Amino acid sequence: MSAITAEDLKVFVEQLKRLLADRSSETEVRRLSETEEGYDPAVWKALADLGVTGLIIDEDHGGFGGDAVALELVMEEVGAALLCSPLLSSAILAPALLQALDDEAAKARLLPDLASGTKIATVAITGRSAGWVKDDVAVNATAVGEDWTLSGQAAFVTHAHIADVLLVVAKAADGLAVFEVDPKAAGVTLNSLPTFDHTLRMSDIDFAKAPARRLACNRPVWDAVEDMLDMARIAVAGEQAGGSRRVLEMTVDYAKNRYQFGRAIGSFQAVKHMAADLLMDSESCTSAARHAAQCLASGSDEAPSAISLAAFACADAFSAITATSIQMHGGIAFTWAHPAHLYLRRARADAQLFGSSDFYRERYVQQLGG
Amino acid sequence: MTTQILTDEALKAEVTAWLAEHWKPKAGDQGAGFGLHPHRDFMAKVVEARWAVPTWPKDWYGREMSAAQAKIIEKAFAAVGAPGAGQDKSNLWANTAMAHATPAFKKTIVPALLKGEVGMCLLYSEPGAGSDLAAIRTRADRNGDHYVVNGQKVWTSGAAVADYGMLIARTDWDVPKHKGISFFFLPMKQPGIEVRPLRQITNEAHFNEVFITDAVVPADNMLGPLNNGWGVLQTALAYERSVMGDAARGPRSGQDNPKGDGALVELAREAGRLNDPVIRQEVAQVTAYKVLNRLNNARAKAELAQGNSSPIMSLGKLAMSRILHEEARLRSKLLGAGSLLEGPDHPRAEDANFLSLNAYFTSIGGGTDQIQRNIIGERVLGLPKEPEVDRDMAFRDVRSG
Repeated sequence: MSAITAEDLKVFVEQLKRLLADRSSETEVRRLSETEEGYDPAVWKALADLGVTGLIIDEDHGGFGGDAVALELVMEEVGAALLCSPLLSSAILAPALLQALDDEAAKARLLPDLASGTKIATVAITGRSAGWVKDDVAVNATAVGEDWTLSGQAAFVTHAHIADVLLVVAKAADGLAVFEVDPKAAGVTLNSLPTFDHTLRMSDIDFAKAPARRLACNRPVWDAVEDMLDMARIAVAGEQAGGSRRVLEMTVDYAKNRYQFGRAIGSFQAVKHMAADLLMDSESCTSAARHAAQCLASGSDEAPSAISLAAFACADAFSAITATSIQMHGGIAFTWAHPAHLYLRRARADAQLFGSSDFYRERYVQQLGG
Repeated sequence: MTTQILTDEALKAEVTAWLAEHWKPKAGDQGAGFGLHPHRDFMAKVVEARWAVPTWPKDWYGREMSAAQAKIIEKAFAAVGAPGAGQDKSNLWANTAMAHATPAFKKTIVPALLKGEVGMCLLYSEPGAGSDLAAIRTRADRNGDHYVVNGQKVWTSGAAVADYGMLIARTDWDVPKHKGISFFFLPMKQPGIEVRPLRQITNEAHFNEVFITDAVVPADNMLGPLNNGWGVLQTALAYERSVMGDAARGPRSGQDNPKGDGALVELAREAGRLNDPVIRQEVAQVTAYKVLNRLNNARAKAELAQGNSSPIMSLGKLAMSRILHEEARLRSKLLGAGSLLEGPDHPRAEDANFLSLNAYFTSIGGGTDQIQRNIIGERVLGLPKEPEVDRDMAFRDVRSG
């Protein structure tokens, strides 16, 4: 259960909304998209001061102990504003993975700095095939006395270029394990990847006998990774829901104010019917994301299937809404200067980050008993 | 009846005790009709005891109660499966008459409607007025103390057993279409009314065509002022929408169908298609449509309970239409060539084929999906209306066909 009350959460989300309106405007998003870092350290500090970086981190480690419901609501705002930041990597993936392990020393060592935003961390898990299943792990761990070294490759690692800490899932002789790695250590080579979504930063990482510290986990490591992925899926679903509603609002507004043939284009049924269908997508997306978050937060048996459903329904809705939005705008949205393509790029990225819609539909059928 | 203000507990005790004394669930079925109630004797007692419409005035079988106290009565009736409570919300006929009938007509018709003593039907749609309902051409012409009605109505349930039809007819042809319509309770059992069953694409006949030739309706049976029938209709439609909700039917073969969110998985397994990855994707997607609609409805309900309006309410019918068509398509696909067949020896095919056809009941009836999208676009999203070429034209000059 969340350590944050519903009233506090409401106030918190309102404050975040104001911060983002001020510091994550379209102009800022475009400016940061073109920088190498891809984020503004001053905004990161403001997010940390507000408590966003420590949202899901335990209160014992300097965070707020927020649950999936709090995370989803926050991410709706983040998605609507197209925020450029390492939030996903450092405030969701890394702390969720650490908190799913059993290494108290590592939690005490790393979580307070992640909560305060003074350090940035990310996770390196999947290999080139990016299937987000354990067989896709392509880094091997070798014990050297008390120490470990890692060799192999991790792919599509988010925000690695600004990370102070890497949490790497690798294959050891006794099975998968999580390792803490200094990205500046010898044997670690980052290759920044050119991303279609310019608000996102990704790297491939080559490990060549890179020094690593093994973190304790008393259960199968992939179970811990799945716990982390569940929070990530909720976060992305929330981002998709917030982004969907913002894009629909923008598009409907345009259809009311753009005149052709002497009429607002939204008065044409051909356009109006597209808008009605997008409302269905956008409301379904919000319902799916919030329901999945509630199921996970309450520990419901329904959580796994609710998360799969949100994963494909929200990805497909955000993709459809951003794509149709461009069509409904017409020529203006075919220009670089119009923001519609920024959302389309984010939607296409979100739809692939942790596995495709087809992957989650297949998973959903299995969860339904098939 | 008690006149002092009752506590919730006392009310609950009173209604529970009354039901224990009067409700005999096994009492014989007296034969149902649209509006005509199978438990008419009991219904009369419910009305006389003032349980039927507790929020209504005391002069009109009510108790002038709050909606919250009325809910206590409805719950007590629901708990024992007794009919007759909650009619202040659900009885479309009585509410429409109560709101718009003349004092004299109201006095006879309202109690009869509450007691389920008169069968009713709806005489709205015409062959030339479906989505564009205001284009009706059935006419009512004044002749002394009554009107003479001529025209044709369609999609009428219960017409053969009805005592009255709620009729919209044109009473002025020289004003724009919405402004020349009047609303009547038309007596159905008279020589000028001919009812013919209408065979549907499902090879069933749940509806009728009604041919009206010089039928007579007393002027006192008019609801609302002359030429103000469109306004009365809005009251009636609002009640109809609130009670009819989702009237779509399920499979009709009688064979057991798997239930729950795993139902389509089980049908795919039974058909030997569960190992097909394309089928698996479709099973997931169609199941998702159903679950998402359920989640949307739950969220709308929660938002309404908190006093916030929800755009989702208006999406339900469109969502259900997609679900029905998509499920029927998938069921047919699972059967492959099996769906060439029908009849009791082929129940899965019978169901898939029936559902494929009956899905149109939802995607056309009560406003087509396309009209529904207009409504969502205009009333929820605030997009401007399409220009209406006949809006300000005298109806006799409006092109039809």
